[in-house]
Amino acid sequence: MKKKNFNLIAGGAITIFFLLIALLGQIWTPYEPTAMDSMAVNLAPCAAHPFGTDNFGRDILSRVMAGSGSTFFVAVSTVLIGGFFGTLIGALTGYFGGWADNMIMRFNDILLSFPSILLALIFISLLGSGSYNIILALGILFIPSFARIVRSEVIRYRDLDFVKSARIMRAGHMRIIFAHILPNAGVSILTAAAIGFNNAVLAEASMSYLGLGIQPPDPSLGRMLSEAQSYLSNAPWYAIAPGVTIILIILGFSMVSEGLRALKE
Amino acid sequence: MKYFIKKLITLIITLLVISFLSFAAFSVIPGDAALSRLGKDATKEQLLALREEMGLTDPLPERYVRWLKGAVQGDFGESYRYEGITVQSLLEEPLFVTVLLSGIALLMILVFSIPLGIASARFSGKWLDVVTNQISQIIMAVPPFFLGMILTYVFGLTLHLFQPGKFISPRESFWKSVEYLIFPAVAIALPKIAMVVKFLRNSVLAQLSQDYVRTAFSKGNTSSGVLYGHVLKNAMIPVVTFLAMVIAEILAGSIVVEQVFSVPGIGRLLISSILNRDYPVVQAIVLYVTAVVVIINFVVDILYQLLDPRVRSV
Repeated sequence: MKKKNFNLIAGGAITIFFLLIALLGQIWTPYEPTAMDSMAVNLAPCAAHPFGTDNFGRDILSRVMAGSGSTFFVAVSTVLIGGFFGTLIGALTGYFGGWADNMIMRFNDILLSFPSILLALIFISLLGSGSYNIILALGILFIPSFARIVRSEVIRYRDLDFVKSARIMRAGHMRIIFAHILPNAGVSILTAAAIGFNNAVLAEASMSYLGLGIQPPDPSLGRMLSEAQSYLSNAPWYAIAPGVTIILIILGFSMVSEGLRALKE
Repeated sequence: MKYFIKKLITLIITLLVISFLSFAAFSVIPGDAALSRLGKDATKEQLLALREEMGLTDPLPERYVRWLKGAVQGDFGESYRYEGITVQSLLEEPLFVTVLLSGIALLMILVFSIPLGIASARFSGKWLDVVTNQISQIIMAVPPFFLGMILTYVFGLTLHLFQPGKFISPRESFWKSVEYLIFPAVAIALPKIAMVVKFLRNSVLAQLSQDYVRTAFSKGNTSSGVLYGHVLKNAMIPVVTFLAMVIAEILAGSIVVEQVFSVPGIGRLLISSILNRDYPVVQAIVLYVTAVVVIINFVVDILYQLLDPRVRSV
């Protein structure tokens, strides 16, 4: 029990730390993230540039701070879209059941059997690349997983006594679903959200690495890594800062989700 | 048998739905085969005439049936980008490379994760389990492409065990190309090994608390007798279904990792075709990969039923 609480606390601390860094990066960075300096190209980490500079002489620390901002922005928006519509669909289908539930869940299961990066690529090839399109694509992709989790929670509570009493009190269906049943699914939805954040960060980084996510000049951690790859032999530090940042953000979220799961049990 | 037929019908319907979606989706976006053949300077009349001739003005269902007829015979038309080259000939070699890469990765996953998963369940709570668990959690947080870059730096640029970017076509030398694919395969396999180890461990632990295990012990079995003779058979059943997901994930992983190691597989072709708006190629790759995922899920469903007849009633 002690160790599981550790997951939630340490994961939460990592997440909050990077969230603060990302927020700070929106208002202040040591250098302008897009400012180039031809006198300071590919500098190794030093006092003036703690993480070094890139091939255009841009300060890597500033770019990582700004890039974490876009990472969080994409992740939060994606989870909000997926979580909102997923919860809505899952709650309604789980509560009412019937053929519509059957059809939607079949379709859901098919979508879930595909790796999200593949579906995201298909969406992007249809929509075109760009920051908003990737949010839209990933947001839609996350609907099925939320829908499935919320649905199973709703089914679990649907026939319990407190719901029956609410029905006797003549509460409407919508009131029963959203005021009586859904609050019980809170922890499950939170766990799903933490896993969703995780997948969103990974998917955004991969898409941007492939050149199909956030477009320059907006800084993005995935994009930085793809640029860093060309300079791997003479400027390895270029890759380290964005790479380690992505790892720690993902690790933070996955520890939070482990901790939440332990909380549920 | 009834179960099998039911699943088979579901499979066929799913494949039809997928093929229709991937056909319809790409017909909605602007630009078609006629435009790509004539170029942007073509007059409206020329364009309309060629569209009529190529049958592009026919209703959508009709075009879909024609496309599907070609697709099942491996005919996806011509590439928009490379004039006069069929999509099929563009796909041939990358398809082989990706299958090879995925095969090596799958082999690695099976060879390493099964013993490790069993061992960490057996010694649960001991140092081996604790260490494996912590390492797994960290590895799962590393994006495959960053893992690929680390491998490139350590084994390619520092230790010179392979030459990054110098892929040798399997047509030239099969074993040399296998050799090059080892590190990309590690980049794909490592996070999945972590996943499978964790899953197998929990699956074995769940079985160990069952009543039949107590019975087996009370009959005088040793702990390895119980583990290998009784528990493992049951613990592997959920792992088989999990492997279907892993195979799908390997395919997804190879899309990204091929880019890191410049392996000319399906993933690289897919990305460059998306960037070049070469839609017939994108369409063909999407259909191939989705079909593979659906068929693997079908095979696993059937296997699952053979291993555990109880699911039939569900």
